[in-house]
Amino acid sequence: MAAVIDLHEVADREHEARSRYPWRIKACASTACLSAGAGATVQALEQTIEAADLVLDAVVVPTGCMGLCSRGPLVRVLRRGGDETMYQAVNKEVAIDIVRKHVRNHEIVDTNLLDTNIPFFTSQERVVLANGGVIDPDRIEGYVAHGGYEALRKAITEMAPEQVVEEIRSSGLRGRGGAGYPTGNKWALLAKAEGDQKYVVANGDEGDPGAYMDRTVMEDDPHRLIEGIAIAAYATGASKAYIYVRAEYPRAVERLDRAIRVARRNRLLGRRIMDTDFTLDVEVRIGAGAFVCGEETALLASIEGRRGTPRLRPPYPTERGLWGQPTMINNVETLANVPTIINKGAEWFSSIGTERSPGTKVFALAGDLVNIGLIEVPMGITLRSIVEDIGGGIPDGRSFKAAQTGGPSGGCIPAEFLDTQVDYDSLRQLGSIMGSGGLIVMDDTQSMPDVAKFFMEFCMDESCGKCVPCRAGTVQIHTLLDRIGNGDAVWADLRHLEQLCATVRDTSLCGLGQSAPNPVLSTLQYFGKEYEELLSDEKKEVADA
Amino acid sequence: MRDARPSVTVTFDGEEYDAFAGESVMDAARRLGVPIPSLCYLEGLSLYGGCRVCVVQIAEDHRLRPACATTVAQDMEIKTDTPLLRAHRKAIIEMLFAEGNHVCAVCVSNGKCELQDMAVATGMDHVRFDYQAPQREVDASHPKYVFDPNRCILCTRCVRVCDEIEGAHVWDVAFRGADAELVAELGKPWGESTSCTWCGKCVAVCPTGAMAYQGKAVGEMQHHANVVIRLATARTKGQWLDPEEVG
Amino acid sequence: MSETTPQKARVATVWLGGCSGCHMSFLDMDEWLFDLAEVADVVYSPIADVKDFPKDVDVTLIEGAIANEDNRELALQVRENSKLVVSFGDCAVTGNVTALRNPMGDPSEILARVYVESPDLNGIVPSEAGIVPPLLPKVLPVHQLIQVDVYLPGCPPPADRIQEALEGILNDDLPRDRGEAIRFG
Ligand SMILES: Cc1cc2nc3c(=O)[nH]c(=O)nc-3n(C[C@H](O)[C@H](O)[C@H](O)COP(=O)(O)O)c2cc1C
Ligand code: SF4
Ligand code: SF4
Ligand code: FES
Repeated sequence: MAAVIDLHEVADREHEARSRYPWRIKACASTACLSAGAGATVQALEQTIEAADLVLDAVVVPTGCMGLCSRGPLVRVLRRGGDETMYQAVNKEVAIDIVRKHVRNHEIVDTNLLDTNIPFFTSQERVVLANGGVIDPDRIEGYVAHGGYEALRKAITEMAPEQVVEEIRSSGLRGRGGAGYPTGNKWALLAKAEGDQKYVVANGDEGDPGAYMDRTVMEDDPHRLIEGIAIAAYATGASKAYIYVRAEYPRAVERLDRAIRVARRNRLLGRRIMDTDFTLDVEVRIGAGAFVCGEETALLASIEGRRGTPRLRPPYPTERGLWGQPTMINNVETLANVPTIINKGAEWFSSIGTERSPGTKVFALAGDLVNIGLIEVPMGITLRSIVEDIGGGIPDGRSFKAAQTGGPSGGCIPAEFLDTQVDYDSLRQLGSIMGSGGLIVMDDTQSMPDVAKFFMEFCMDESCGKCVPCRAGTVQIHTLLDRIGNGDAVWADLRHLEQLCATVRDTSLCGLGQSAPNPVLSTLQYFGKEYEELLSDEKKEVADA
Repeated sequence: MRDARPSVTVTFDGEEYDAFAGESVMDAARRLGVPIPSLCYLEGLSLYGGCRVCVVQIAEDHRLRPACATTVAQDMEIKTDTPLLRAHRKAIIEMLFAEGNHVCAVCVSNGKCELQDMAVATGMDHVRFDYQAPQREVDASHPKYVFDPNRCILCTRCVRVCDEIEGAHVWDVAFRGADAELVAELGKPWGESTSCTWCGKCVAVCPTGAMAYQGKAVGEMQHHANVVIRLATARTKGQWLDPEEVG
Repeated sequence: MSETTPQKARVATVWLGGCSGCHMSFLDMDEWLFDLAEVADVVYSPIADVKDFPKDVDVTLIEGAIANEDNRELALQVRENSKLVVSFGDCAVTGNVTALRNPMGDPSEILARVYVESPDLNGIVPSEAGIVPPLLPKVLPVHQLIQVDVYLPGCPPPADRIQEALEGILNDDLPRDRGEAIRFG
């Protein structure tokens, strides 16, 4: 059996290695920056360092997401014992300049300087994304140097499983996969469940269009997820875990596979973890490319190799899940919070955010904003602060119209509620949901019926087809929205639209159908006039079927 | 039949009844003569919960539940017939009629169809939604039976009876959403299926005219869904029920 | 209708995209038609020789779906001039057999298939402005074009069901729950 990793030693070595270089250049190599050309940036940095004879002075570290994706490729230049400079839009030429001017001559490259004192950075609170832009995701040493696997060590060597469950419960952590179910309660259910084999499943299906919170965790900090899973498994008595990753995330699959291998080699997974009696196998399963496979029972069917359709609950997965055995499904971001909670304690965690929604939430900020990217904010922050401070407001002199949270299952929030706190309960009261973290801001040029139609089309295409109201009802809602958009609808159509939405919401089998009408209902509630203005005058009185 | 199971008291629309502990609201209602519409549920087969016409309300809980998949509990107040439930059920039946091509006048099951019955039961005298008029091809490749997907409501009774009672698993659902369709052996013409045993159970349980014997004219196709109860009882209890009794 | 001399109700029946079976069934009401004649005048019908749809009709029964331009025009006229419109029979209520062409899409292709590609010699698609009405892209149930007040499904609705409905309508006591009277097919 291989030797157990010595966390301290690895961390020390890593810190020492780090201090060898006067300059450390961290280059974001996460998906968004890569697609903006970060590959060439890293290459240019490395080549210029060599050409400028600076290999002993500077090292390039490819890292995970730094957040402000719309300004990428992003690069941070760190001087030993000194200051840090951040650059934006670092193409090949800028990269060469950074090495030649900044590293060699201590001369800032003004043109591409990114001020880190702007609210985009200062209003965030990074827990889940703490290592983003800091470590190289492919090196476990980087993770360990930043306290990685210390929480697992603490849990399995110093705490009883019940204590771990209790710690999570008292932290108040709620599921980040959408519904906000208290995570500690779920863990307690699995811990209590009886079965020959218990399973933990990390849900990395992330099907919301435009969302990439979970992808970022899996790609940029895979060991954090693995550590969270291991702690969950230890606390609940599971010895087998799956990470369900959507097929569209090949980099995440690759990174996770590698991280699992490395963790196993270091006795952080596998048999007798850290020389204790705790054993855990983790395996990555690739999704089938359907939004509905993010729904927990469909996900389980998919892992079992069956058609990914939801089934009736009860029984809940914690009673009967994978192959009939007790199974717990947690979202990736939920699990990524766990190591920090164990390290810093439940009290620390619950001091962030609000009383009923403690902690932080990662959002994929998109739409009509100055700053677009991945942000992590304390719960309870106002929508206004996200939009105006972090997002930098609406560009092109336009004004804010609505914010859409929760993707195809969520709703649109109008300007009058900009001062609402962002937490599970407040958003629900407004007819939206927290969802998994998609946040799209729309300016006053957007048509709300169009927005509703976009999301309805998504739900219609993604309905699994099992239950009638979702399968056939979304088609009919979409038909009506189409007719409204074309100016062919009459008053009766508007009434049918509301009735249809109610039937689909109230009678569908799973969350997809139950929440599919939300974008329509919330836009009808706050922007009903826009629908009415589209009605055709001539036929207003007829065809009231 | 005597039944030794312990009982619980429930109310259906305000009337008190004794139900068996552990049975579903649907089973209790049927035994006690309380009408609750259903399409996908068939006694003797596994639960599916896809048609949603059986939704009921429990006390004031605004979350509706499928009667077929809800277990009775002591003092459960079950509402089966409220304006809200009626409206939802009717809408669901309308959706079914609008999504396929249900032309009763030319259907082998005209007058003997559970979907038609549901339209009557829910007071559905016209469909408010747009007929989708999908293009679907009839599979008449089997020497004994025909499958007409235009009339299929995807209740999966045939899938389940074939898998669970006959053990052949010829049928399954492929694709998703509005494209979902019933396929034999991963998409072969039925007649070319090597796993089909020609037992006809799928045809027997189909609630609509989607599955029929070859050569039937309008209104001639009589299904016998309750054959499943006899087979399931024979299998689980080792006893044949009187065909007259189960209908 | 005045209080003193009870006026007869003005009843019309129209025949759109259907097979006339509903009208046959109407005639099957046999001797009740005499009773009907006591309380109602048939002011427009395919079985009466009236050219234009009249004004101030009390009840109009529409057989058939909206399949072509003529159907469309007449249906709009009916709505304009009738107090109460009844969708009469499955074709009117659902599109039924008339709408069997809908899944096949573009009507011009269907016409070409029937008139040109079929074994006829020198087949051409019949067309004559003002005589052969152009087909609509999609056959519609009546209520998708105009407001309908009562639905009377059936293919055709049996005579007794028509009678029951007419009695209900004329006496203004059509029940909400009509049970088997609404069965399709
Ligand atoms: C249609 C649908 C899609 C879902 N997609 C996801 C998803 O992509 N990721 C996820 O974590 N949860 C998703 N969920 C929620 C899961 O069913 C489940 O509640 C969640 O993974 C539990 O984890 P949590 O308690 O940590 O939030 C989805 C639910 C529905 C109904
Ligand atoms: S609500 Fe939609 S996705 Fe969920 S089971 Fe029904 S058809 Fe499938
Ligand atoms: S063929 Fe019949 S039994 Fe099978 S799914 Fe379709 S409607 Fe149900
Ligand atoms: S009978 Fe209950 S969902 Fe179909």
